[in-house]
Formats: sequence, C-alpha cells, structure tokens
Amino acid sequence: MTDETFRPPLPGTQPDYAHAPYRSTHARAPSQALVALPATVTEATGPRFAPTHFPPMADFTATGRTPPMGERIIVAGTVTDEDGRPVAGTMVEIWQANAAGRYNHPGDTHDAPLDPAFRGEGRVFTDAEGAYRFVTIRPGAYPWGNHPNAWRPSHIHFSLFGSAFAQRLITQMYFPGDPLLDLDPIYHAVPDAAARARLVSRFDIGLTQEGYALGYRFDIVLRGRLATPMEA
Amino acid sequence: MRPATASQTIGPYWHLIEHPEMSDLLRFGALGTPLVLHGRVTDGAGAPVTDAAVELWQSDPPADARFPGFGRCRTDADGGWRFTTLRPGPVRGRGNATQAPHVLLAIMARGLLRPLFTRAYFAGEALNDHDPLLCAIDPPARRATLIAQPDGAAWRLDIRLQGADETVFLDL
Repeated sequence: MTDETFRPPLPGTQPDYAHAPYRSTHARAPSQALVALPATVTEATGPRFAPTHFPPMADFTATGRTPPMGERIIVAGTVTDEDGRPVAGTMVEIWQANAAGRYNHPGDTHDAPLDPAFRGEGRVFTDAEGAYRFVTIRPGAYPWGNHPNAWRPSHIHFSLFGSAFAQRLITQMYFPGDPLLDLDPIYHAVPDAAARARLVSRFDIGLTQEGYALGYRFDIVLRGRLATPMEA
Repeated sequence: MRPATASQTIGPYWHLIEHPEMSDLLRFGALGTPLVLHGRVTDGAGAPVTDAAVELWQSDPPADARFPGFGRCRTDADGGWRFTTLRPGPVRGRGNATQAPHVLLAIMARGLLRPLFTRAYFAGEALNDHDPLLCAIDPPARRATLIAQPDGAAWRLDIRLQGADETVFLDL
C-alpha cells in the first residue's frame, strides 16, 4: 500500500489559529507549534455517510407548515479537490440564521424574532460530478460581542468530510456586496485576499429560477493529494 | 491547481447539526470490545469550553455497516465530552512502521478558526513506546497529553487548548 500525502495549504490561504482582532481566539488558540503528522491510514481515511441514516434535507423552506419569512434563494456549486477532481457522494452539512439574523438555538439571545417555519438546518449529498444544490432563505446579519457595534455579515455555515479526515473542512459562505465583510475579523482572518474572496458566493442569473428564487453559486475545494508519494 | 477553500470557525450555533446519537458509535449494533472515552476541554484560562464540537475518527476496527468509526459530541456546561465506541487495535504506519492503538480527535469551536486535531492513545500499551507520532513529540514530557488514562471502566483524556500542559495538536 502506498502512503498518501496531502497538499500543505498555500501560504496565506488558511487562517492561523491566533487572530488578535477575533477575541474568542485569545484563550483558545494553541500557543505551541503544531506537531507534523504525515497522513497515516487514520488521516487518509474518513467516515462514509449513507443517505439512509442521514436523509437529505435540501429544501430549508419546506420544513414548517407555512413558508418561512425572508428572501428565498437557491445555493448550488461543486465540491472538488485541489486538482479539480469531483468529490462525489460526499455529505455536506449546512446551518444558518433566519432572515431576521436569529439562530434557532437556545444560545442565541439576539433580540430578533424566531421564525417557527424555519429551522435553518440542512444536509445534501454531492452527485457524481461533485455538484450540490439546496433551497433556503437569505440569512440576516446579526450583532455579536466581539467589539463595539460588531455585526456578522450574512453567512451560511458548511461542514464537509471528503474521503479522508485530513480533508475535513468547516467554512462559511458569504454574499457578494455585503458591506459588513470589510469589517468582519473572522472573514479577515484569512490573510490572502483572493482566498477570502473565494468565500463569497457569486450571484448567478443562470441558477436563478424565474418567478421563484435568486441563485448563488459557491464552489468548494477540499485538500488534494500529492501525486508522488514522498517516501519510496 | 485550485487552492483549498479557507476554513472558518464552526461558531457557537453548530448544534443545529449536532445529532446527539452520533456520540454512540455502537448504536448500529457493532460487535467488539466496547470503549468509553471521555474528558474535558478547557481554555488557556482553565475555563471549561462549553460550546465545542468534539469529533472522533478511528481507522480500526474498520468502519462498516454496523460500525461508523465516526462520532460527534458536544461539550457540556463543564466542558465534558464522552464517546462510546470500540477499542482500536494497532494499525500500520507510514513505511513499515506500526502505530500504537489510537483514535483521532478534532475539536471545533467558536474562537477556533480551524479544527484542532489530536490523538488519544491508551496508557499501558507496550506499542506506545515505539509509536512514530509519540516518539516525534519533543519534549517527551508533552507525550502524556495524548495518552488516555483508565478511569474506572472508562478512559479519560482532558484537552487543554492553551497554556500549561497544553495538549499536543497535530498538523495533518
């Protein structure tokens, strides 16, 4: 069996753990250097999720008795690796605030209305080409305690597994033209401007469904494998 | 080449995808030697981390229809987490090495811009003395932060994100 090696991140394309403007990192970011662990069977394999145990929930607007309040949108894209290979059949977990900027979560005490017609949780599986698609409402911005008058830009959370635990990815999708992006320390924790910009979805008139919902495209790239094993 | 998408924090509201049954890896009827692994997550001030997601992945026993190999658990008001799984055996390492029995843990939380990865090994395993990762940790005193200790019938490993006795975290 050949040992697999995963590509290290390109400089600046991933956030460091410590990022002073994001206050919650102060007591949580490790202070010691990480110890390198070249992938072994443990890191080069990962969980498989069967739709039978984890049923897809691709329409966030259909979980209540009535449609949720807010602007209905379609979000779609592809999941590939860094070499452009589709990641087929992988589970994508998604969660978000409602249109008023409130999460259906007991820890969220923001004074904005909950929407009984909106849970804000979904799950899709990529197809053979790595494509995914779901229908939701556009989440609202919300205040947080990081600094005076701090507001998170509208965002949707994504969780992906790929085929190896070394590919595990937790990220957030943003919306084009959001004035809060310039002020957000979580978004700006990614040093490279182009890497940050790739977290912003693109409005797509082709994905937009006439008379129904605007479409936003968000393509996701998981770590690739180096073609040549580093050990003979 | 298309660079990998940047990581962002899981945030404090990830419990929308929690699914508490996922901390029980025996729920599909897996057969083998049961293992209860638990611990606490604390921050640099020693305070419990009460909003973290802890994930577990093990390559042994191999995942199948009865054993998912993967678990997810929230930390509670005391920073505590707990998995019920199967005891792993030794697995092959890179080259011809043998790895001591271990599970991989990932910690995700508000304030963590990327997941933190670590491993749990088991005290008393003779293979620990020759495990490639444990042997690579310098100074050797830090190796203990990856070794779970017996706690009654269970095993315990506390995770310290920062400061004195900081857990060794891994660059995968």
